[in-house]
Amino acid sequence: MFDISPLEVEALLLSLKVAFWAVVVSLPFGIGSAWLLARCRFWGQGLFNGLVHLPLVVPPVVVGYLLLVLLGRNGPLGALLYDLFGITVIFTWKGAAVASAVMAFPLMVRSIRLSMESVDQGLEAAARTLGAGRIRTFITITLPLTAPGIFTGIVLAFARSLGEFGATITFVSNIPGETRTLPLALYTAVQVPGGEDAAVRLVIISVVLAFAALLASEYFVRRVRRRPEAL
Amino acid sequence: MLEVNVQYRAGAFTMDAEFTAETGTVTSLFGRSGAGKTTLVNMIAGLMRPETGFIRLENDVLFDSEQRINVAPEARHIGYVFQDGRLFPHMTVRSNLMYGVRGDGGLDLDQVTRLLDLKPLLGRKPATLSGGERQRVAIGRALLSSPRMLLMDEPLANIDIQRRTEILPFIERLREETGLTIIYVSHEIEEVIRLADTLVLLSDGRVAATGGVEELMSRIDLKPLTGRYESGAVLSTVFGYFDDQFGLGHLSFPGGTLRVPGVNVPPGTQLRAHIRARDVSLALTQPAEVSILNVFEGTVAEIGDENGPQLDVRLDIGAPLIARVTRKSVHDLKLSPGKKVYALVKAVAIDRRSLGGQGREKGREQAGTAQ
Repeated sequence: MFDISPLEVEALLLSLKVAFWAVVVSLPFGIGSAWLLARCRFWGQGLFNGLVHLPLVVPPVVVGYLLLVLLGRNGPLGALLYDLFGITVIFTWKGAAVASAVMAFPLMVRSIRLSMESVDQGLEAAARTLGAGRIRTFITITLPLTAPGIFTGIVLAFARSLGEFGATITFVSNIPGETRTLPLALYTAVQVPGGEDAAVRLVIISVVLAFAALLASEYFVRRVRRRPEAL
Repeated sequence: MLEVNVQYRAGAFTMDAEFTAETGTVTSLFGRSGAGKTTLVNMIAGLMRPETGFIRLENDVLFDSEQRINVAPEARHIGYVFQDGRLFPHMTVRSNLMYGVRGDGGLDLDQVTRLLDLKPLLGRKPATLSGGERQRVAIGRALLSSPRMLLMDEPLANIDIQRRTEILPFIERLREETGLTIIYVSHEIEEVIRLADTLVLLSDGRVAATGGVEELMSRIDLKPLTGRYESGAVLSTVFGYFDDQFGLGHLSFPGGTLRVPGVNVPPGTQLRAHIRARDVSLALTQPAEVSILNVFEGTVAEIGDENGPQLDVRLDIGAPLIARVTRKSVHDLKLSPGKKVYALVKAVAIDRRSLGGQGREKGREQAGTAQ
């Protein structure tokens, strides 16, 4: 029963790949959005904040459907991506990464934003009087001091991506080797008669992965708490 | 020269302040908390924007509401030592110091390290420093950014009283050795007396008076602003000699010689002596056989017009001196302007804390050559 089949390994590796790229691609946007929300005041900020948090409150299937409409071959963004870069996201692992990134985005932004808001703006003012412009101040002062929040945001987003199901299956379907990530593989195994053993194995893999992510974040948070200057 | 003329309103607080500070001098912004001191220095640094007015440094416009000029803080090159230090917690002391280095002359790390005695701190993180050490690093960091002038916003406010005496000499050295124009914000009159050339008294966002420290401190109408308990005249004196037998320093000033216990500095050193009004008594005849060493003959110049049981009396003893006496004494002695009196100042009432401005002569010379 503990013989992990190649199909399950495939699902695991695909999940890791999808989650990795989801986090990597969304991180700059996450930091940017957190900065806009934590440090700027602009017209429409409330609306922007709502948009960022939308995936947290609407059903994942709705997000998946919206992505399908926007990023499908004939969707406004999908057509643009294909025309400009020749990239197709629909029914590919890239699409799965996009779905995961969108679903995990609010968690990432929230964690980075809270951390950034706790950075003393007086330090930023001090950097300005020492001749640092806005960009240098952000890179040398704000960003390093936001590091705990950025790390937590990465771990949360990664874990959320590993668990993404609804938006993924709606947007990119359930294609073995292409979009069948761990949750989708588990769902498939449960649907098939005699798939219980595979389901148990997939559950164990998922739980171990989630635990590893949690422990990693716990370790880092504790390290930062013990020595706040050791960033 | 720094020229400031700014107007600003936020809620119930209104600021309408105008003053100038000469190049190479220390100007102290003095006033109670809420008087607008920090607001004013933030405007000079570019961290706050006045509604109207202008700020000019050596004829360069830093802010002008009519010309729509507002130079960004990073382009003003004004060093700022904050009340709370604001060292970057994720960097070592050395990285903090080097943060603002522009590499165009000015002081280098070695000079600043020596001036502020920072060598043992270089490898440490700000979290491990004491309050006084932190402020020394903050001063060093501001100096290393090659500033055109220096703003210091109550740099000693968050430091224990005992530790303040450790850091004051560093600030005194600063004014002597760098010749920088310094704006020093404070609400401690003793700091002002030790450090400042010019005093700008702020009250409710307005400049109540500006002038030399000696001049403003001898005005009894400003007493509510300079502080009731500590108020008193400031005498400019020159150290004459030290009497070894009794341990007395002899300080000469236009009205005579002030004898102060335990003060011994090189002859010729200029010293300011703050003589609190409550430590000065008055007599109509030359007192004989008293323990008080400092007796000065003079005339009554002005009597305060307060209604309380105490009155401040300004005397002319060759220099202005203020005595605080009871209304009854004024009545019994029939004190009135022009009347001849003897002012009695207990030598032991003038402590080390009331004397300031050591080595000012040297500082002036250096400031002069730096221009």
